Parts: sequence; structure tokens; C-alpha cells
Amino acid sequence: MLNESELTNPSLLSNEIKEDSLLKKVWLEFYKNRIAFIALIVLGIVVLSCLLAPLIAPFGPLDGEITDRLLPLGSTGHILGTDEQGRDMLTRVLYGGRLSLYAGFLPVVISIVIGGALGVIAGYFGRILNTIIMRTLDIFYSFPAILLAIGISAALGQGINNIVISISIIFIPPVARVAESAVKGVREEEFIEAAKSSGAQSISIIRYHVIKNIFAKVFVYGTTQISISLVLASGLSFLGLGVSPPTPEWGIMLNNLKGQIFINPLVTIIPGLFIFITALTINLVADGLRDALEINS
Amino acid sequence: MSEVLQIKDLVTKFSTKKGMVPAVRGVNLSVERGKTLVIIGESGSGKSVTLRSILGLSPQGTEITGSIKFQGDELLVKNEKQIQKIRGNKIAMVFQNSLSAFDPLYRVGKQVEETIKAHRKISRKEAKSIVIDLFREVGIPSPEERRRVYPHEMSGGMRQRAVIAMALACNPDILLADEPTTALDVTIQAQILNLFKKIQKEHGMSIILVTHDIGVAIEMADQIAVMYAGKIVEYGEARQVLSEPSHPYTQALMASTPQKEMSGKIVTIPGQPPLITNMPEGCAFSDRCPYAESACTKASPELDLLTEQHRVACFMQDKMSKEA
Repeated sequence: MLNESELTNPSLLSNEIKEDSLLKKVWLEFYKNRIAFIALIVLGIVVLSCLLAPLIAPFGPLDGEITDRLLPLGSTGHILGTDEQGRDMLTRVLYGGRLSLYAGFLPVVISIVIGGALGVIAGYFGRILNTIIMRTLDIFYSFPAILLAIGISAALGQGINNIVISISIIFIPPVARVAESAVKGVREEEFIEAAKSSGAQSISIIRYHVIKNIFAKVFVYGTTQISISLVLASGLSFLGLGVSPPTPEWGIMLNNLKGQIFINPLVTIIPGLFIFITALTINLVADGLRDALEINS
Repeated sequence: MSEVLQIKDLVTKFSTKKGMVPAVRGVNLSVERGKTLVIIGESGSGKSVTLRSILGLSPQGTEITGSIKFQGDELLVKNEKQIQKIRGNKIAMVFQNSLSAFDPLYRVGKQVEETIKAHRKISRKEAKSIVIDLFREVGIPSPEERRRVYPHEMSGGMRQRAVIAMALACNPDILLADEPTTALDVTIQAQILNLFKKIQKEHGMSIILVTHDIGVAIEMADQIAVMYAGKIVEYGEARQVLSEPSHPYTQALMASTPQKEMSGKIVTIPGQPPLITNMPEGCAFSDRCPYAESACTKASPELDLLTEQHRVACFMQDKMSKEA
């Protein structure tokens, strides 16, 4: 046996110095990915300006001047032009983004919570419970997702919250699948057996070990769903299932302006452009996050 | 006799696609207070399954019959909640691979704390100071700092000490150790075995140690059980079993252990152990046994008294002793 002085000698301990925290390592890895980092900045600007719309927008979202209808890009006072009722496009895009982002993010959060819980229960307890939960969720796969979302939205009626509900419902099965397969992997780990052998209850093993160990996988999957959710919500809103005019929202703005596409094409595509940029940057950030998290697992 | 644990006719059957398959086929063991029982045998002989059966850690669908009495209390009839009170608290387990025995996402000290808090209602602060004491006891230097590192930041030997600290957290009566030194290099192995002896002396706990390393068995055992194909083939006082191995399998196992003065090749046992899905009718060792006769393939031998402290399951004892 080593004697006490050898064991406490600091030079012998130095090869076990503390490393950076997990969060810091992930951030450094993410920072190295230039494209993802730039995407994060662009996304940050878009999200922030939408959130701060009441402070930074030059006009009210519903204030229109009938004489200023369909001004082109770069008009004085209206950098992004005006829409068919003479309302400032920049203002409406900023205000509209708040609802679009709301419908992009919230379903993902809801589906991670509900789908994640179902997946954890199915994966951890297995057997009959697994069969009941997973086969029930499989039923959702037999419908095309978009059709199902339209169907649920139509059944629930018009409104942004109904869009959120319908998208959440179609997102739950895939999240549950991801969570379930991740849990099945974690469940076989020896530290779970070690926890059991030291007398831990199932509920505390789930809370303490399982959730933290599957979080990265479910989280990364969820981030890739945000852009899909955003596009889907805009699509449903474009079809008239979302907010009712004159409330601005990217999908419905695109719908309202579609008649003017031959008069003022550049102004017409602005809401679409914002949907595109937001969805793209979210995907790029999600990719970067996935790569950064993989380094550590 | 002060027996802490008594196992009688333990049969553990796994559920597979081919039906229920017995991995342990009728094991009888007992452990005395403050003593060490070493279960030795090759991979797949049912050593670890026996150990896990005690704590009810077998996979879902496993069928366990027989009797496991802990301080006179039958464990096999207990429900999950009752057995949770015993796991870690009265009977604790030390795992082979210290890296996978810890959750990589939590600091080591925190995980030991959780074990304590699973059984005792104490504050974080108290748990913390207990962890520091435990780490000091198992010889982890500067326990204050080591408490706050992640498992991968520790060396293998240190981590194994931490695993032992976790098992000691609630001062259990029995320590189950599943090949606790197999993943370590030899110098660290000796340290860990000494640590086991030290804590056994200080806490007066019983140890059941599973290993395939005869060296470890010689070092640690008060009693030895040799397992082969889910059965105990030889069982008794360590000194007697080691000095006069009587079962052909034990003899072959001893002969295949490398010795210092040995020259030339290591002796091996020809053939393979039988598959548990396809157990022969007679003695499971018969087709690898140099002494086997037709009687061996017809019936399975039971453990017979050789002396008061030494039992062996073999039909050929008379023949072998004549030859010797």
C-alpha cells in the first residue's frame, strides 16, 4: 500500500486536475463552429427584435394610411414598404414574429414535456406499459403529420392556441420514441443497477439518473423540431386556421399579400423570407448544438 | 452458529425465447458474521447471478425459487418496497467496473450522498460530512476535493475506493462484491483487497466475494464455494479446499493458475462448459473430466461431506483417492 504522505503529495494528484464544466465545454465547441455561431447571432437579432417590437417598431401594427398602400422597399419612413392597407411592413413583421415564434417554440416545449414523460415511463418500466403507450402513439404515425395537424386545428377552430395544441399533438409521438429508445439504453447501464443495489426507488432513479442522461438526446431532437413547428404554424395560419385579420402573423400576412405579388413582389415575400431565415438559422444552431453535445457523450 | 445469510436450494431461471433457462441450479450457501465467503468459478458459471438474486436485482421475468434468509428473515417473499430498505442499507454491493457504476453526469460525492439519503433522513450538510469520513476511511486522499470531481476524473483505483465508500455508506451487515478487483492492475488489486480486510475487521461485516482469480480467493477467503454450470461443486473451509482440492474441476482450476516456479505452458481445461440452454443429464463437468465414468453421465452428483468442513459433489471420490 502507498503510505499516507505519498497519497497526499500534491504532485501525484495533479494529473486529476479539475476540468471545465460541461456547459463551458459545450459552449466552446459550439463557438468553434462558425456557421452555427453566426446563425445564432442572426437568430438572436430576429428573436430579440420581435420580442421588443412595441419598443422599436416605428408604427402601430394596425395603423394603416390608405394613401400609402403598397409602397415599395426603401420608401421614406417605410424601409420595408407597406402592405395592401398601407400598414408599415417592418412593424407588422416584428409584431407578427411574436406570434409565429410563439407557435414555433411552445409546441416543442409541450411535446418534450408530455412526449418525454411518456417515453420515459414506457422505456423504464417496459413490458405491458411500453406496449400500451408506444403502440397507441404509433397510431398517430398512420396519418400524414400535416394532414393531422390541419384536421385537429380545423376541429378545434380558428386561433393561434389551437394551432399550438394541434402541432403539440403531432410532435408527441416522435419525441416519445426518441425518449423511449434513449431510456432503454440508459436503463441497462451499470450505474442504474448500482443505484438499485443501494436501495434507490424507481421514481428517484428516473428523476435523478434517467432524465439527466437522456436530456441531451431529447433536447437536440427538440431543437430540430422548432423550425418544423414554425413552418407548420405559419402554414396553418396561411390557410386561415390561425389568427384572424388584422392581427399580424407571418403566415397570414403572406396570405393577405399574395394578391399583390405581381404589383410588389419584393414586399410580398418579406414574411416568407422571415419564416425562411428563422427556420434556417434555428436548424443551423440545432446542428451546431448537436455536434457540440456529441463531443461529450 | 452466527449465520447472517443462508441460501437454500436457490434456483434462478431466466426467461429467454427458448423458455425458462436455469442459470443457477440449486445452490446452498451460508455466510457467518464477520467472515468472507469467496465464490469462484469461470465466466457464466452463475456466480454473479447468485449474487444478484440475493438483492433481487435480476432482470424482469426472472424466476427465483428456494430460500434466501438474511438474519432469519426470508428475502424472496419480500416485495419491492421491503427489499429496497435492505438494499444498500443492510446488504450492499460493490461492482466490478467502477467507471460504469457511477453516473457520469454527477459528482462522485453527490452520488454517495444520495445513497445515504435513500435510507436516512438527514440534511445535505450531515450527508456531506459522512461522505468525507467515508472517503477518508477507504483511503481517498484529500476527500474534501475528491468529493467534488466527476467519475471520469478519478483514477481506477481511487474510483474503486469510492465505490466501496458508497457500499459502506449505511454500514451494511453484508458486502456483496462482484469481481471488485478484476478491472484493476495488480498493485491496486492488493490495496483494494487490504482495504476490504480492514473494513471487515472494523465493521465486523460479512463479505461475499465473487471472483475467477484463485489468487484473490487465497488472499481473502474464510470459506470457498466453487461453482460450475450453476451448481456448487465444492464447498468448505478455505484452507481445506485450497490444500486438498477434491473435485476434478477445482483441481483443474488450480492447475491452470500460473505459478511463479512454473516453466512452459499454462495448463488449460479442455472443452467448454455446457450451455445453460442445453444442460447434460448427469454431472455438468463429465465431458471435460478425466475421471468421468458412465455413472457420471446418468445422474447429477450432490454435495457430499468429505470432512466436517468440506463438501464435494463428485461420484469419483473413492476412485480418485485410491489413485492418489
